[in-house]
Amino acid sequence: MKFLDILGAYLLFMRRIFTKPEKRRVFFRELSNELEKLGLNSIILVMIISFFIGAVLTLQTAYNMSNPLLPRYLIGYLTRETLLLEFSSTIVSLILAGKIGSNIASEIGTMRITEQIEALEAMGLNSVSYLVGPKIAAALVINPVLYIFSVFIGIIGGFLAGLSAGSVNYDDYINGLHFEFNPYYVTYSIIKTLFFAVIFTSIPAFYGYNVRGGALEVGRASTRAVVDSSIAILVANLILTKILL
Amino acid sequence: MIEIRGVTKFFDEKKVLQEVDALFEKGKVNLIIGKSGSGKTVLLKSLIGLLPVDAGMIRFDDREITGLNMKNMKEIRKEMGVVFQGGALFDSLSVIENVLFPLNFFSRMNEEEKRERALFCLRRVNLNDTGHLYPAELSGGMKKRVAIARAIVLQPRYLFCDEPNSGLDPLTAIVIDNLLSELTHEYGMTTIINTHDMNSVFEIGEKIVFIHEGRKEWEGDREAILHSTTPALNEFLFTSKFNRMVKENIR
Repeated sequence: MKFLDILGAYLLFMRRIFTKPEKRRVFFRELSNELEKLGLNSIILVMIISFFIGAVLTLQTAYNMSNPLLPRYLIGYLTRETLLLEFSSTIVSLILAGKIGSNIASEIGTMRITEQIEALEAMGLNSVSYLVGPKIAAALVINPVLYIFSVFIGIIGGFLAGLSAGSVNYDDYINGLHFEFNPYYVTYSIIKTLFFAVIFTSIPAFYGYNVRGGALEVGRASTRAVVDSSIAILVANLILTKILL
Repeated sequence: MIEIRGVTKFFDEKKVLQEVDALFEKGKVNLIIGKSGSGKTVLLKSLIGLLPVDAGMIRFDDREITGLNMKNMKEIRKEMGVVFQGGALFDSLSVIENVLFPLNFFSRMNEEEKRERALFCLRRVNLNDTGHLYPAELSGGMKKRVAIARAIVLQPRYLFCDEPNSGLDPLTAIVIDNLLSELTHEYGMTTIINTHDMNSVFEIGEKIVFIHEGRKEWEGDREAILHSTTPALNEFLFTSKFNRMVKENIR
């Protein structure tokens, strides 16, 4: 019952987000701020994680391919497929749910307990649309970009690790990257990143917006936001994979 | 003028406002006083429209706001200025951006005119050369003054302040009180201030409404309050020895 109550409140909250912005100029100014906050500040993290995961994927694949009958280009192929299909879309979104999600929940939660949200409402503004709309729009723009970025950096990480460890040579790795490439996998993953972007911004915003009390509740909301958005991403991943593949 | 009749508000089963009637006069500093938890903040938030009332009527001049839809309520809110207890300044915006905020949404001025207006309001609350600072860099009194500048930037007809001098030293509290009083008379606003500060009552209170356990127990001016026979009001006002002494001397 409690789950249904929260779901209902969340859907009503979402309805308030998708209304026409009060002033287009203010919306685009906020959007550019959010692009910087959510996107540029996450690029380094995504780069580091993607590089090392790409490297580890290549080394682990190579380690498990002791059978000499298996062609070595499969190392590049498996690294690419893992990054394209799952890591750079789902795992990066889960990481962003932790980083961005807790940030959004605590930012909006603090605004709630310091009456900043009530000040917006008292001015006659739709506080949900003003605060959350630009965040979702920014995440929708930046998450597919981060996905593409992550795939490339992961592949480079795998290439450098494989080459330096002597697990794979240049030609095999490049051949593996080209082998059986299905461009639809990119489309599928980009669609997933769009859904995940909405999830890891709106759920933390919802929890932050509904904080009641003080600093302790802001912390709790932040934790719940990360846990629930991570679960929602995993469930959405399963459903989208079933529908799209 | 703001008139309320039979305003009642429940939180779950608990009745926090019980059929409150009051008249807040135009061009005057109207105070809502009462103990912590008496329901005065709920009453103020109900007046602003942040909390819907369960029964009763609230009228702003000739316009009834109870039951108004969002669109119509928005029009009335443009005529309101609100100063929240902690100031409620937007942390991510500088002082000047905070004051410009309502202008960016609700005025048709060009950028230069908006900036002029914001600077004028900051000067009016005696804040010069602070536009570039952020709320975290301001003292409590300065925050309140920025909040007042933001509240008056659209030249509101109604000004609401929730405990504007709480957490301030007595000197700064008087400065804020006098500023609110001056602005009320200057702009002819209907100002409603929530307070439990006795200095404010005797310094600026022109019309006073006393709320006790969700009920309006007394209404009058600051002269009449000294002669009140309402036990709850007397207990609230004259518990301290100092206030009792003041009362006797004035009498």
